[in-house]
Amino acid sequence: MATNVRLENVTCQYLSGQPVLDHVSLQIDPGQFVGILGPSGSGKTTLLKTILGLVRPVHGTVTVDRKQIGYVPQVETVNWDFPVSVRQVVLMGRTGILPWPSREDLRYAAEIMERLGIADLASRHIRALSGGQQQRVFLARAMAVRPSLLVLDEPTAGVDMRTQEDILHLLAGLNADGMTILMTTHDLNAAASHLPRIVCLNKQVIADGTPDQVFTAEILNATYRGNMMVVRHEGLIFVQERPHVHDYPGLPTAADLPPQRLNYDPTPVLLAPDAAKEIERV
Amino acid sequence: MFNDIINYFLAPFQYSFFTNAFFASILVGMLCGTIGVYIVLRGMSYIGHGLSHAIFGGAAFAFVVFDQRPDSAGGTEDRTWSFYIAAGAWGFISAILISQIVRRFRITADAAIGIVTTASFAVGVALLSALKRFTRNLDASLFGNMFGLNNKDFMLLIAVTIVVLFVVFFFYRQLLFSTFDEETARVYGVPTQIVETFFSLVLAGMILAAMNLMGVTLIAAAIVVPPVIARLLTHQFHRMLLGSMLIGSVTAAFGVFISMKGDIPPSAGTVLLQTAIFIAVLVYTSVVHRREMFLNAHIA
Repeated sequence: MATNVRLENVTCQYLSGQPVLDHVSLQIDPGQFVGILGPSGSGKTTLLKTILGLVRPVHGTVTVDRKQIGYVPQVETVNWDFPVSVRQVVLMGRTGILPWPSREDLRYAAEIMERLGIADLASRHIRALSGGQQQRVFLARAMAVRPSLLVLDEPTAGVDMRTQEDILHLLAGLNADGMTILMTTHDLNAAASHLPRIVCLNKQVIADGTPDQVFTAEILNATYRGNMMVVRHEGLIFVQERPHVHDYPGLPTAADLPPQRLNYDPTPVLLAPDAAKEIERV
Repeated sequence: MFNDIINYFLAPFQYSFFTNAFFASILVGMLCGTIGVYIVLRGMSYIGHGLSHAIFGGAAFAFVVFDQRPDSAGGTEDRTWSFYIAAGAWGFISAILISQIVRRFRITADAAIGIVTTASFAVGVALLSALKRFTRNLDASLFGNMFGLNNKDFMLLIAVTIVVLFVVFFFYRQLLFSTFDEETARVYGVPTQIVETFFSLVLAGMILAAMNLMGVTLIAAAIVVPPVIARLLTHQFHRMLLGSMLIGSVTAAFGVFISMKGDIPPSAGTVLLQTAIFIAVLVYTSVVHRREMFLNAHIA
């Protein structure tokens, strides 16, 4: 099987020379569903943009077939006042030579909108949509290019829990149909319960593996440079910021909390370099 | 009575300078309205104002280079084309500089426009002051001279109109996509760099063709106001584009009448008319909006 995405020793820098990505190596095989976790400014979006060819690395090689990428940008980067309807946005994914969409373009766009449950919104202006609907519109545009790799930047940001579930189930469904998916997210718990493979990024790849391998206090603390608590309960994984003790009346005090590792070790805990290869392929 | 009204409107057409100005205005209004849609949606409203100043710098440069020496016959040779080419190239380079600065550095479009075009204007002012020459030709560039246009102005205007309509029609989807979301368009294979460069070229040509007629100081309004009016009236891109073209050309045509009757420059007449329409539409849409909110509040 052909490799979809391969990054070898990729380093990207800001104009100032400060690194955003520092010797990142990553391989994503066809059919995988990968989530990238990391704090703000950890290089998640830069990683996606490097794969998309929007950012050129100063060092390292990127191998990817860009003809078949569908891209869903962060919703906050979208100009919601732009005068376009849902259908017009979806049709942007069909780049033809003619100035108007072909019959096939219209049919395919309608099919995708039907599949994503936004067919009845086709004539609406993009501002008149809920958060989940907005995500679906841009997902539909990405799917209009008939991609084999789908790249999504924060598809679950700013939506409620139910909508987040819907989006992740939708993506899991597409993945089950053979689509390779790469997404970034801030939501640790959703990632833990929905994504089969997780890459923890903070300028470097801190860890890469299944949620079970990656969701440990050590790895998350190294990724977020914070104090996280991982609770495992009946096969489920929950991540929680360790409660801070402010001594408010009626709330638990330091003595009531379970014991914590106060001597936090800032050195990153890296999994074996070829841990990624051990992951069960979906 | 009816005949009087018809005569009122037809009478000025007996003068060829008026007929020329009338048709040129329709073309200029349509050009500004068309390109204006893309400019306003890119958040570069002041690029028209800026580029017209930049081209003024180019015009001054061209004037100094081509008009310094009297020609062999000692007369005034018509140097319209060399003037246009030099000023147009200057404007094109300014437009490219602006888009490249925005692309490569952390400088926003408004700041880049401010720096590049004002510097270019300053070069023009410096050149003219140093040589202490200020002729009617450049005077017209500043304030517009719709009634004084010659055949070459008209030919340039028609050529630019054809190119603009061609580009807007045949690259409709590419322009729409890269205006809406440049990055994603690039991912999906739209050659945005080429689209941007071509757009800069068309923009410079448009300003150049319209500048002598609308004037450096008033062209910005003709570019910005029609798209904004059209945007208030629709949420659809193609309707905004067609609406802006229509508003631009109709107001420019009436602007010429106003100027004839009121003895003010045509560009001022056009801009005042557009501003009046803008205010009316703004009031209308906010009334409609409030009414809808009121009705919805009662339904809910």
